[in-house]
Amino acid sequence: MGLRGSKERPYLRKEGTKPLTLNTDKGMQRTEMAERPKVLRAAVNKILHHSVVDGPGNRAAVFFQGCNFHCAYCHNPETIAMCTSCGHCVEVCPAGALTLQNGKVRWQQELCCECDRCIHECAHLASPRTKDYTAGEIMEEIRKDLPFIRGLTVSGGECSMQRDFVVELFRLAKAEGLSTLMDSNGSYDYSKDEELLAVCDGVMLDIKAFDEEEHKKLTGQSREMVLKNAVYLAGCGKLEEIRTVVVPEFLSGEETVEKVGQMLEPYLKEQKIRYKIIAYRPFGVRVPYKETLRSPSAEELERCKEIAKSYGFSEVVVI
Amino acid sequence: MKQDICMAYCRTSGKEHPNMLNITDMKKDVESIITNTALTNEQAAMNLSAVPFNYVEFFETSSAFRELLEAGCVCTMTEGNATYCPRYTLPDYEKLMREGCRFLRLDPPKTLFEATQTLEMFYRHIPSVTHYPVYLGSVDKMLEPFMDDPYAYEILKSFLIFLDRTIPDSYCHMNLGPEATKAGEMIVEIQTELKNAIPSITLLYDPDITPDDFAAKCVTCALACAKPSFANHKAYQKIYRTPYGIASCYNALPIGGGSLTLSRIVLSRLAVRAKDSEHFLNDLLPHTVRVLCEYIEQKIRFLVERTHFFTSNFLVEEGFLKLENFTGMFGVVGMNECVNTLMEKEGCGDRYGYSEKADRLAQEIMEKMTQCVMNFESKYCDCTDHHFTIHAQVGIDVDYDISPGVRIRIGDELPLYEHLEHCAKMQPYFNSGVGDIFPFDETAKRNPAAVVDLIKGAFSKGMRYFSTYSDDCDVIRITGYLVKKSDIEKLDKGIRVQQANAMWGYGEVKNARIYERKVRNL
Repeated sequence: MGLRGSKERPYLRKEGTKPLTLNTDKGMQRTEMAERPKVLRAAVNKILHHSVVDGPGNRAAVFFQGCNFHCAYCHNPETIAMCTSCGHCVEVCPAGALTLQNGKVRWQQELCCECDRCIHECAHLASPRTKDYTAGEIMEEIRKDLPFIRGLTVSGGECSMQRDFVVELFRLAKAEGLSTLMDSNGSYDYSKDEELLAVCDGVMLDIKAFDEEEHKKLTGQSREMVLKNAVYLAGCGKLEEIRTVVVPEFLSGEETVEKVGQMLEPYLKEQKIRYKIIAYRPFGVRVPYKETLRSPSAEELERCKEIAKSYGFSEVVVI
Repeated sequence: MKQDICMAYCRTSGKEHPNMLNITDMKKDVESIITNTALTNEQAAMNLSAVPFNYVEFFETSSAFRELLEAGCVCTMTEGNATYCPRYTLPDYEKLMREGCRFLRLDPPKTLFEATQTLEMFYRHIPSVTHYPVYLGSVDKMLEPFMDDPYAYEILKSFLIFLDRTIPDSYCHMNLGPEATKAGEMIVEIQTELKNAIPSITLLYDPDITPDDFAAKCVTCALACAKPSFANHKAYQKIYRTPYGIASCYNALPIGGGSLTLSRIVLSRLAVRAKDSEHFLNDLLPHTVRVLCEYIEQKIRFLVERTHFFTSNFLVEEGFLKLENFTGMFGVVGMNECVNTLMEKEGCGDRYGYSEKADRLAQEIMEKMTQCVMNFESKYCDCTDHHFTIHAQVGIDVDYDISPGVRIRIGDELPLYEHLEHCAKMQPYFNSGVGDIFPFDETAKRNPAAVVDLIKGAFSKGMRYFSTYSDDCDVIRITGYLVKKSDIEKLDKGIRVQQANAMWGYGEVKNARIYERKVRNL
């Protein structure tokens, strides 16, 4: 995928850089160009106005498009890549909601019958059903929700790939009194970003596998940064939750929970960290993984839960 | 009193027929009760006690009132024609805890066991329209001083089971909060475990006083057995000069008093008579409100001046209840259907909850009604400045196509936030009780704090009362009271159940589409 290793963050579009042509003073023009705020846009797959599974209490949740992990068990693989406008989905759409215009796929939400044919047929793990937003537009979209939600969670895809956008969005959210959480795969080096952590109340971190080989087999990426982040975020009180998906035979779930417990034990005495143990479910998972992966039994989940509890996580949730 | 019975009027014609009760009809009523295998002996006795009051009148009503009654535009809530005790009584239980009771020879309790025993004995003697207590008091506060008892859990559990088995009526209502207490937390934990329909419970909720974790614990309990509900304590505590309690369905009334009576205006039926909204607002509504207020006043004067209650009942004699803390309730039902009917008559398809125009009309109706009710002066009702108080009545079992109070009808529910905003817009008109119900699917059980967030948001916007349950509960809220679905199944097969008002729930399930209420998924 084009995303892997990209330093450019191709999904962050910067607009508003057009020079002011009416200004004849060259010096002034340069100054104004430099000072003029850049309008960041990000591709958003979905905005939920109420969610009870994306952090404590009732929250709005923004799901960005684009992820740098390629997990075998991903239950929304259509959020992994950006649309290449190959046009295949336009051909399979039964509702005529997709058209090719100037080489770009255009999605008309009002015509969409939500049959999901487009995302099932997409060979690129992308979706034509995304919208570009500015941070301000997202805040406007959730303004009516404000009395009923306590916070905003950004998820994905991988939200840290939209780092600049998230900083701007969280600043606006904080101004409205919302708490701010990131649901992250941990690939981003949080230890080097004070500015982000200043506006982010906590990270809900996926630790998909403790074993390096397993992590690579599942995600295509090393787990080194993920573990570093777990320790760093716990150290500065920003580790809201650890999440592990249990997939028997494919991943050593109990070992991961055990090792994570050992790694975080020193912090658990000081602070509350939730451990969410998630049962693998085949819904939304792409082939061939869908046919080969198995959901855990209640007993297998219970064993993971007991291990997590033994290390003193404030709350252990099994879903 | 004997002389009054000789002057009884025949109910059906409304004309004076001294000494001529319609014995044949009365016999049929009695027979239908004593042969009904779905009634327990106690339920049969209670039902029989109401029969004579449907055949005799003790004061003459106006022809205007009788006309509106026959047409179903007003309704007297099966109180019968001779109210001899207040409909809702909220005794001052703190006085009982402090001073005991002379009539029942009860000393102030000194231990948790004594406290629960004292309450159990006292509850047995609290009258109301149901013949059972409709208000059990702020039980958490009453029991808190005794909570260092090592057997607290066993005693409270036994107390709660006692209430469920001996008060077979879920209009009886316990209050908790707004503070978190050991007793309150334990009651909620035990209820979550027992999942009984009785008693009903309300948390007097103030986010500035009630800790979040206690509120979340209450939501967890509600998602297991449909209670507690949440009352907006900030809003309700301003209404009366004395402390209030939540009694019966969700009625906010002064402690040490209550409500003498309740009659209701059926807006949906009145709207059918209107030429248009103007005619409804300026003619039909003021007329009907005036006629109904006059009837309520007649009933109150009869109760206060001609029956024994306020002269000889021990609750009054000892000061557990005081006449000046009683009001009269003016009930309202069927706003949704009323507004839709009036909109149709004006040739527009605007619907209640879905259009600003329709909602604006609903608000105009409430404003006009409030003004008309306030224009009527009662000789009594001191606690509400000699006016009746407006109440969003939840309906009765035989209502068909009449939505409770100002609720959006089942089947037309709005998206969650919009629905809560709508409640916040319509509920502040009702000082003596209003509410709406939001069932959730099981996802809410994983995050009860999210439901607390919804309640906080809605209350900050003005909503008064919030109830919830989970779609997999056996105990559910019918309209304002709790019934077990398993009891309704039994009644459907003609098998008797212990809870008396399960029968009403059965009727409402048949007539008011209770099982079709929108379940919210979060």
